[in-house]
Amino acid sequence: MFKHILPALAFGMVVGYISVALAATTTVTQKDKKFSETEITVKKGDTVAFKNDDDITHNVFSTTSGMGFDLRTQKPGQTSEVTFDRAGKAEVRCAIHPQMKMYVNVTE
Amino acid sequence: MFRIAVSTVAAVVFAASHIATVHAADTESVAALGPAAQQSLAALKAKYQRPTSIPFPSDNPYSVEKAQLGQMLFFDPRMSGDNYIACASCHNPALSWGDGLPRGIGTGMTKLARRTPTVLNLAWAELLMWDGRKPSLEEQALGPIQTDVEMNQNLDDLVKELSAIDEYKLRFTMAFPGEGLTGPNIGKAIATFERTIVSNVAPFDRWIAGDESAISPAAKRGFDLFNNKANCAACHSGWNFTDGAFHDIGLPSQDVGRYKELSLPSMMHAFKTPTLRDVDRRGPYMHDGSLKTLVDVMRHYNGGGIQRPSLSGDMKKLDLTKAEIADVIAFMQTLTSDDPLPQVPRLPVAPQPRREAAR
Repeated sequence: MFKHILPALAFGMVVGYISVALAATTTVTQKDKKFSETEITVKKGDTVAFKNDDDITHNVFSTTSGMGFDLRTQKPGQTSEVTFDRAGKAEVRCAIHPQMKMYVNVTE
Repeated sequence: MFRIAVSTVAAVVFAASHIATVHAADTESVAALGPAAQQSLAALKAKYQRPTSIPFPSDNPYSVEKAQLGQMLFFDPRMSGDNYIACASCHNPALSWGDGLPRGIGTGMTKLARRTPTVLNLAWAELLMWDGRKPSLEEQALGPIQTDVEMNQNLDDLVKELSAIDEYKLRFTMAFPGEGLTGPNIGKAIATFERTIVSNVAPFDRWIAGDESAISPAAKRGFDLFNNKANCAACHSGWNFTDGAFHDIGLPSQDVGRYKELSLPSMMHAFKTPTLRDVDRRGPYMHDGSLKTLVDVMRHYNGGGIQRPSLSGDMKKLDLTKAEIADVIAFMQTLTSDDPLPQVPRLPVAPQPRREAAR
């Protein structure tokens, strides 16, 4: 029985490894009322983790058509993730601090 | 022909000589702190350095012609439908560019929904109005002019009215060559003048620059509380004491604030953080003038505000003692600067009609 499971397990692990490597996670931090990047490029299906590295509350969101999201308020230290499953250019801002702005380019 | 004084812009002069520089102050109070505490106080004070210049946008750069014209328009009551309300009626330089009222008053003595904000230091603002609905000073300037409950003046009619006054036509041509007197240029001229309205050096700034005698020990304790236990600096940050951001601070008001512009849960009852420059002179406080004195303000913050989903994550019960509250107020009082008041401009009037020749 194990003879059959082991190759299947190995195959599953290999496939699993490949699928994790295909969808990457990028981290963008918020500190001193600024995003750590002004613009990043990711592939469709990738995840961006927004981390509040500041000592105040932030609220990351986007109202870009078809790519909108609201991460709600993040206390210092909190991280929230967004998976971008549509190609396009999302304008990402903080609802609380209007001067915080960045772009996420999502490619096919 | 009339003279146009190109000399002194009678607006608040931004004194570049008052640039604050931090240098190590060798006095008793600082020496009493250990080296680590001294270093962190110096680092904290560095966050409050005054800027060295006023920013002007590239699509509306500064010119003395624009600023002088903008100052005239700002003080001109003919900018309103009934010809008796000027920008300066509510944004009164004698009252630190506000009106001292809990809520503004518009045409026909209509009580407005919110308190008149000050015009101080708006060159650094990202968004204007309590709810941030105006993205620039240029656009904001044209708002109250046209609003029916405020100045109630149709913009096209205003352009015609001002065009009948030769000096205005000439000033617009000089300020905006090739464009002249248009609605947008009215906004641009007023915005240019407004950007020159900057708080002068206050006792607090002299302390930041190294003068240990500039503020009292109570105020110094208040500065520490402001940045630590009282957590004021979470929103009232930097030399202008505002983050230009939107927070629900838990006031008992039905006004939804920024939620009308940006309907995210965190924006319910959220209003723009005002500056604390001249705060001692600018009561009553809050977007609706509901808190009369700085003691009332401190009591509100000390209580933590109404607990609701939109309450800012940076609001909390503070447990400040009466003495600590007094110290924070003493500190806030060091933010009042002796601003030179602009000279009220001599406004152009239309010439008398020519008499008919005697028969």
